[in-house]
Amino acid sequence: MALDHTAVLLLELGALVVGLSLLAGLAARLDLPAVPLYLVAGLALGQGGLVAPTESEAFLATAAEVGVLLLLLSLGLEFSAEELVGTLRRQAPVGGLDLVLNGVPGVVAGLLLGLGPAGALALGGVTYISSSGVVAKALRDLGRLGNRETPAVLGVLVIEDLAMAVYLPVLTVVVTGAGLLAGLGVVAVAVGVVTVVLVVALRHGPRLTRLLPVRPELLTLAVVGLTLLVAGIAEAAQVSAAVGAFLVGVAVSGDVADKVRDLLAPLRDLFAAVFFVWFGIGIDPTSLLPVLAPAAVLAAVTAATKVATGWVAAGREGVGPRGRLRAGTALVPRGEFSIVVAGLAAPALGAAGAVLAALSACYVLLLAVGGPLLMRVSDPVADRLRLGAHRARGVT
Amino acid sequence: MSTPRPLEVQETPLPGIGLRHDFRTERGRHVGVVTYRSGRRELLLYDDRDEDEVAHALVLSEEESSGLAGLLGAPRLVQHLEDAIHHVPGVVVHRIDLDSRSPFAGRPLGDTAARTRTGTSVVALLRGDTVVASPGPQDRLEAGDVLVVVGTPGGVEALTELLRG
Repeated sequence: MALDHTAVLLLELGALVVGLSLLAGLAARLDLPAVPLYLVAGLALGQGGLVAPTESEAFLATAAEVGVLLLLLSLGLEFSAEELVGTLRRQAPVGGLDLVLNGVPGVVAGLLLGLGPAGALALGGVTYISSSGVVAKALRDLGRLGNRETPAVLGVLVIEDLAMAVYLPVLTVVVTGAGLLAGLGVVAVAVGVVTVVLVVALRHGPRLTRLLPVRPELLTLAVVGLTLLVAGIAEAAQVSAAVGAFLVGVAVSGDVADKVRDLLAPLRDLFAAVFFVWFGIGIDPTSLLPVLAPAAVLAAVTAATKVATGWVAAGREGVGPRGRLRAGTALVPRGEFSIVVAGLAAPALGAAGAVLAALSACYVLLLAVGGPLLMRVSDPVADRLRLGAHRARGVT
Repeated sequence: MSTPRPLEVQETPLPGIGLRHDFRTERGRHVGVVTYRSGRRELLLYDDRDEDEVAHALVLSEEESSGLAGLLGAPRLVQHLEDAIHHVPGVVVHRIDLDSRSPFAGRPLGDTAARTRTGTSVVALLRGDTVVASPGPQDRLEAGDVLVVVGTPGGVEALTELLRG
């Protein structure tokens, strides 16, 4: 008996999502982020893998796109415009240092590996951006949210997320092969749009937010619909759809932002998981072996540069050496946004794109798993190195 | 009772998470509270060895933290006094709101001569979030204050009348 298209489609999707739920459960039990496991699942499927999706391919491709938008929308919802602007004022120098220390190694590695200027720019983004999801969860799990170094860590993450809003449009233009002049034009447009959205959100955020419906189902539909529309407009204007979604998130403010974040969390979890799997599906597992060594070197170098970044950021806040090491290791995990960057650039870059995707997958696997482990050993290492700490005076 | 040292609470935003407040106790312990945007709270005790680090974090739901605040703070004062005095026959604890039409708003507590005239003691003044415990005759009453008084039912009633003017 031949199965019809719908039956195959539903069976494929069902098997995939059930598999993902098992993997997410395994990740939670192992105290690991889920992203690397989703990637591995994707690698095992598709090109060069065990089985390939057939009927569900078109749906997965679209769902993956939506997953990126929901990831960036939730990211925008995390922050209020006040927090973004306030952090930018206080921590801009650290943000610059972070960009140089962690972006440059990726760019250099990309050039050395022959990925071309566009591939190198993308790899710089992959190594630059820490995973705010993995970091925030690890800080919570380790009970470090109240630590004195934590605001410095969160500040660096916030600036990276803002930087993404300018970086992604530039990357989009560069990978499509537009010239330097067009690139500069897009930078100007991107900076302009981000500034306008921040100013409008600061001045009129609450008033705009009040236009949204209150009932949960209406609110969900309104925000998702609005995000898709703005993302579409942004994509048409070559500002990158993901940035449009991020800016919608920033513009929604206050209690409503909290409510929307809760409402959309399950949707985001589902679609983002599909995105990570989809990214893995596009990679031939046999292409991982040649990039393993460069990925490991790149991971080691950019783990060290993140530690340096956190060390400086926490030092500026008057934190002691032990805490500065904690801040440094906290920034090491890379995850969802490195994959977003690679996923955006790889399809347009042909052979270099395939190498970029494989390299990024390897790199994220290493640091999404290794980063949280480093965070756990930070204090014991600091004690071995006899790094000093702030001691309370005259405690009785 | 010594005069309480004013509490120097530091507020630090935690972007994407909420707010942190922290202060140092008279005995030198570093204590803090993280307020998540969901309303959940974490009570923090910092490490003596490394005071950048939290040694103990106690996660509290919204209900638990307001319950704890009640146990520690002012709003339950009357309840506590009532519980304490419950078994003393003939004595009641009462709250009296001082409104702006009262002749004593803006005047020192001593002007009411409450003890002499009604046999009733004013044991505390609640003013917003602050408490003036065991106020003296020179402590000024303000419109909106809540007086916590202890006395006989008749005395308390007489004082209520007196304050109303």
